[in-house]
Amino acid sequence: MSERLTGVVVAHSELAASLLAAVSAIAGDDTGLVAVSNTGCDRAALLAGLDAAIGGRPAVVFTDMAGGSCAFTAAALARGRGDVRVVTGVNLAMLVDFAFHRDLPVAEAAQRAVETGRTAVGLVGK
Amino acid sequence: MSLVLYRIDDRLIHGQVVVGWGQRLGIGFIVLVDDGVRANVWEQELYRMGVPPAIDVVFTGVGEAAGRAAEWAADPRKGILLTGDVETMAAVCAALPEVRQVNVGGIHAREGRTERLRYVFLTEAEAARLKALADRGVEVTAQDVPTARPVPVAELL
Repeated sequence: MSERLTGVVVAHSELAASLLAAVSAIAGDDTGLVAVSNTGCDRAALLAGLDAAIGGRPAVVFTDMAGGSCAFTAAALARGRGDVRVVTGVNLAMLVDFAFHRDLPVAEAAQRAVETGRTAVGLVGK
Repeated sequence: MSLVLYRIDDRLIHGQVVVGWGQRLGIGFIVLVDDGVRANVWEQELYRMGVPPAIDVVFTGVGEAAGRAAEWAADPRKGILLTGDVETMAAVCAALPEVRQVNVGGIHAREGRTERLRYVFLTEAEAARLKALADRGVEVTAQDVPTARPVPVAELL
């Protein structure tokens, strides 16, 4: 059996840690998710922190904002690495779903996260 | 309108620049002065991906900046010039005497630097360079986002 996926949430301020707490409240503690904050980090420090969080394992990296420092850093790290995918615009729905689908191949898990996240965004009422 | 903000930010193009300052100032282009990015086409593509299509991004090196200043000054849109460190901004100021204000937007912790503000860490050499700019008449202030108080350079030294 291949190694289960790791999910790394990298985001501004305390967003990643707060999202992980919310995921655990819904899905329990075995989520495979790790939080990284960009607070106080320049590009090199954030890259090092993200690399350490991935730890050489196959991973999906979830970033908060396309075009932000977290997304740039994740994309730079994933470049040339077939076992790391980057998903921007993280939300709670995609993380909860990811926690239950960590046995998928990394590309499939990333695509699933994108679709789940998109589905979760909608307009309520009129 | 030409360049309306000269900013030092070691994250280069990111949310604070594009969304925070970009929307407030209504910018149409960003000039990134960084020899490393200038030489790396892949990194340039990455930064372009993060910027709305309506905003152009110009990648240039320190040596080229002076030669392109007239082009940027003639641009009818507003622009932001970015550098990733104090040294590069000092070189830009030396090459472009029209720079009258420098915004210190984000210089993060690294060995040899001490905290001056939550988002500004400087070595003594970097602090001295900023003071030298101020002594030459450039208004140097630290301000990460437009709604924050501009902190005069004297408070960083």
